Amino acid sequence: MLLNEMLLLGAVLFCIGVYGVLARRNGVLVLMSIELILNAVNINLIAFGAFHDTVTGQIFALFVITVAAAEVGIGLAIVLLLYRNRRSIDLDQVDLMKG
Amino acid sequence: MIAEHVAFGIIAAVMVASALRVVTTRDIVHAALYLVIVLAGVAALFLLVGAEFTGITQVLIYIGAVIVLFLFGIMLTRSDFDQDEEADHRHKLPAVLTALLLLAVMIGALVDRFADVKLDANLPGGRAPQTTAQVSDELFSQYIVPFEAVSVLLLAALIGAIVIARREEGG
Amino acid sequence: MLNTIIAAEPSGTAVAASGWFLENAWLIWLFPAVSFLVILLFGKRFPRGGSEVGIAAVGTSFVFGLLTAIQWISEVEGAGGEGAGGEYTLGASGLAAEGEASGGVSALTRSITWLTNGAEAIGAGIMIDGLAVMMIFVVTLVSLLVHVYSTDYVAGDRRYTHFFAFLSLFTASMLFFVTASTTLQMLVGWELVGVCSFALIGHWWEQKPNSDAALKAFFTNRVGDMGLIIGVSILFFGAGTFDVIGVNEAAINGSMSHTVTLAAALCLTAAVMSKSGQFFLHTWLPDAMAGPTPVSALIHAATMVVAGVFMVARLYGVFFEGFTIGGASVNLLALIGGLTTLVGATLAFVQNDIKRVLAYSTVSQLGYMVLALGVGAWTAALFHLFTHAFFKACLFLGSGSVSHAVHSFDMKKNMGGLRKAMPHTYRTFMIAAVALAGLPIFSGFWSKDEILVGTGGWGLLGGTGANGAYTAMLAMGMVTAALTGAYMTRVVYLTFFGEYRGHGTPHESGPRITVPLWILAGLATVAGFINFPAGFQLVPASWEEKFFHWVEPVGTSYFPAVKHATPSWSLAIVSVVVALIGIGAAYRYYFVRVGAVSPAATERPDGLTAKSSLARLGHRILVNKYYLDWLYTTVIVGFVKGPLARAAYWTNQNIIDRVVNEAGTRSVQAGNIVYHKVDQLVVDGIVNATGKISDSSGEELRRIQTGKVQQYAAIMFIAATILAGIFIIVI
Repeated sequence: MLLNEMLLLGAVLFCIGVYGVLARRNGVLVLMSIELILNAVNINLIAFGAFHDTVTGQIFALFVITVAAAEVGIGLAIVLLLYRNRRSIDLDQVDLMKG
Repeated sequence: MIAEHVAFGIIAAVMVASALRVVTTRDIVHAALYLVIVLAGVAALFLLVGAEFTGITQVLIYIGAVIVLFLFGIMLTRSDFDQDEEADHRHKLPAVLTALLLLAVMIGALVDRFADVKLDANLPGGRAPQTTAQVSDELFSQYIVPFEAVSVLLLAALIGAIVIARREEGG
Repeated sequence: MLNTIIAAEPSGTAVAASGWFLENAWLIWLFPAVSFLVILLFGKRFPRGGSEVGIAAVGTSFVFGLLTAIQWISEVEGAGGEGAGGEYTLGASGLAAEGEASGGVSALTRSITWLTNGAEAIGAGIMIDGLAVMMIFVVTLVSLLVHVYSTDYVAGDRRYTHFFAFLSLFTASMLFFVTASTTLQMLVGWELVGVCSFALIGHWWEQKPNSDAALKAFFTNRVGDMGLIIGVSILFFGAGTFDVIGVNEAAINGSMSHTVTLAAALCLTAAVMSKSGQFFLHTWLPDAMAGPTPVSALIHAATMVVAGVFMVARLYGVFFEGFTIGGASVNLLALIGGLTTLVGATLAFVQNDIKRVLAYSTVSQLGYMVLALGVGAWTAALFHLFTHAFFKACLFLGSGSVSHAVHSFDMKKNMGGLRKAMPHTYRTFMIAAVALAGLPIFSGFWSKDEILVGTGGWGLLGGTGANGAYTAMLAMGMVTAALTGAYMTRVVYLTFFGEYRGHGTPHESGPRITVPLWILAGLATVAGFINFPAGFQLVPASWEEKFFHWVEPVGTSYFPAVKHATPSWSLAIVSVVVALIGIGAAYRYYFVRVGAVSPAATERPDGLTAKSSLARLGHRILVNKYYLDWLYTTVIVGFVKGPLARAAYWTNQNIIDRVVNEAGTRSVQAGNIVYHKVDQLVVDGIVNATGKISDSSGEELRRIQTGKVQQYAAIMFIAATILAGIFIIVI
């Protein structure tokens, strides 16, 4: 197997994730897209770990998985709060940061 | 070797197709289910390159926990499971352009550097799978401090999520 | 990396220090750090709201610091500093840094590998030498006294526990900073104390001015922090190490080119200017007085603001070589210090808020220290830091005691005649004020005089054997000496003499306030005695220049070949006379002439500003603080905001929007589309944009702030992609 193939797959998944983050209006869907991005990163970590024959790649992937779990927890809590306050999770309506 | 290539090709194709559906489908529950396919594909890839522990963790945590969380989130924030006409922005072009630009840069960089580097060429006699024992040895010796830090992070996230999502008393 | 570690070993005849307390000095910052966590998590459970935890931790640190100091001193004395004292006092060879001139004691360093990046191991650890020991002593002592003082001063505050938690964190960060063995650690400590300063200035953030002041302090410091980060990076690439000793050695032995050293020194000077309130980045410091008074005493007078001075002293090799301090007649550091000391002293005149007077006085005194470092008077700068910490903390705590009684900081409206009502505060304040004015016997006299000697200006007044002829700096220092005496006389008159102008009956504060005041006043009196100048034969020779012996790392490989000026009677006498002239003039104006108008008067109706238009103009400039704040907010920010916002707006309208709209609708067409696109997009776009830009006047920046998170994300992704693309192409 080529290292390049794994890395390319990671790049493609990453870009699909970026597209999702930018194009989706639904908060939950944006979070799902972020998961795609994180998994793309994990693919790279594992690929390089295997390439260099070290388990460090795996360990970092494990850390990323853990952090991703925490991120989903917090993210969904925020979405939930948003929904409770506004009856909508449309991110276009979240413009409180407007200066 | 050939079998590996074929397996990788199939998995990758399924993953890319599913990932595209995740970001394009109008049905939010379908999006979650497509995400399951992508995550399972990632796990399969991990197993394919011999990262068994991470692959299993991927299944347990992502498919077992994260997706369930997502489904809960979907249920709690939507009453109807109809097609969501407002899932996407009307103007998708900036997003498409950004993603394509990013893809071009990344592929350019990868081709530039890794075009002819073989994953298995580095290891004569094939890759030895990285066993769970090796992972745990590393994790609990060299990476013990980050490991503890991540535990604290998880705890903080747990508490944070409860605090954020909790209904105000009497409100 | 390897050779750095070897180089860190003592060279020449310098002896390496050792001893249990020296080796375990990291415990000193660990106690308050633990105390911070304990107070933060469990503080409210304690009967006294966590303050007892803070006091216990800082008290332990103080004891450890004291023992460390004793151990260090015995190391230095044991290393045979005897006899050598006279030699390097005269700076006979001026080459003490070669390591053979005297039996200097090298710093004790202990480090662990913090992180490994490729072959580069980045260490973290402690570096204990006289400088660190002196700073530990000052920080822990003042912090302990401020802790005790605060239990009374902020009693009943709604964020009492929070306040003590941050005091602990600050103490820990400052101690971490002064014991750091790498520049990277110094950076961490530097940022940490900045955060604590921000949190404590904004302690009462419900009032807008307080949170504004906190933000101002934070943002002004960010300017300098950038300088520090860049400077540290330059030093790393120049010297190949983050190690303080390695960096200094590389600068001194010339393995780092002069250009690199100069660039690093310039960047670090920016950091000093913001953190230590040097002219023209000093404007945050007076505003920072919005914080509680104990915080002003601890952070904005005695410890944190001297972090810049400490950093220069720590990396003195870099500054000494970079600015060619030895033998020049002017350099950036000395110039900034000289200007600051004058600006601070003049501005102190027109303030009515007692804490602001003291704040400008701090600015002025910090200017003295930087000036001293700029002219090569290393010991004098650190000695002044040492004495200043005591008398200025005493003054601040005294002003806090006064405001505790009269519930105000305004000298003209709410003070006056407090001499009888608050005898302890009055006496301690007087002692500290005299020390600040630099009258003999009191500590400020000894340290200030040493700085003036170090300028080496006018051989007539002494200063022979200094690093250069810094005549201008001597003049600035002299003028400031007079001004300092004058404005302190004004403060003392307005606060303690005349007739009480406030409401109610002021009472003396309790023992938890007066005891720290007396301790500090005592130190303000005697602290100068540890560095009697050599050759005056006031005291036995073995008592002379103790501070210098203990603190200055002469004879080690990481300290430059600083020359030491010889003190002279004439200079001492002239400086005292100058200070007395300042005091006398202010005394004549306030005590005699204003007092004659009426006991409650604060100025004469027919004073100088009423008579002379020139004096009025000067007064107005001073009241407006040389218009610096106006310059920053109106001119600079306005200038940047306008064009930058217009450019961003143009990009938004013409690139993003048009790419979306035009590309979306027109990409389906064929044939003459190129013509249309060029015409519509570029030519029309520019024409329209020009019109829109001239239409839109203020608040252009808001237009790119749509508040839409995903638009921000898109901009971020595009920017990152473009940067990554550039990176790939360039590499």
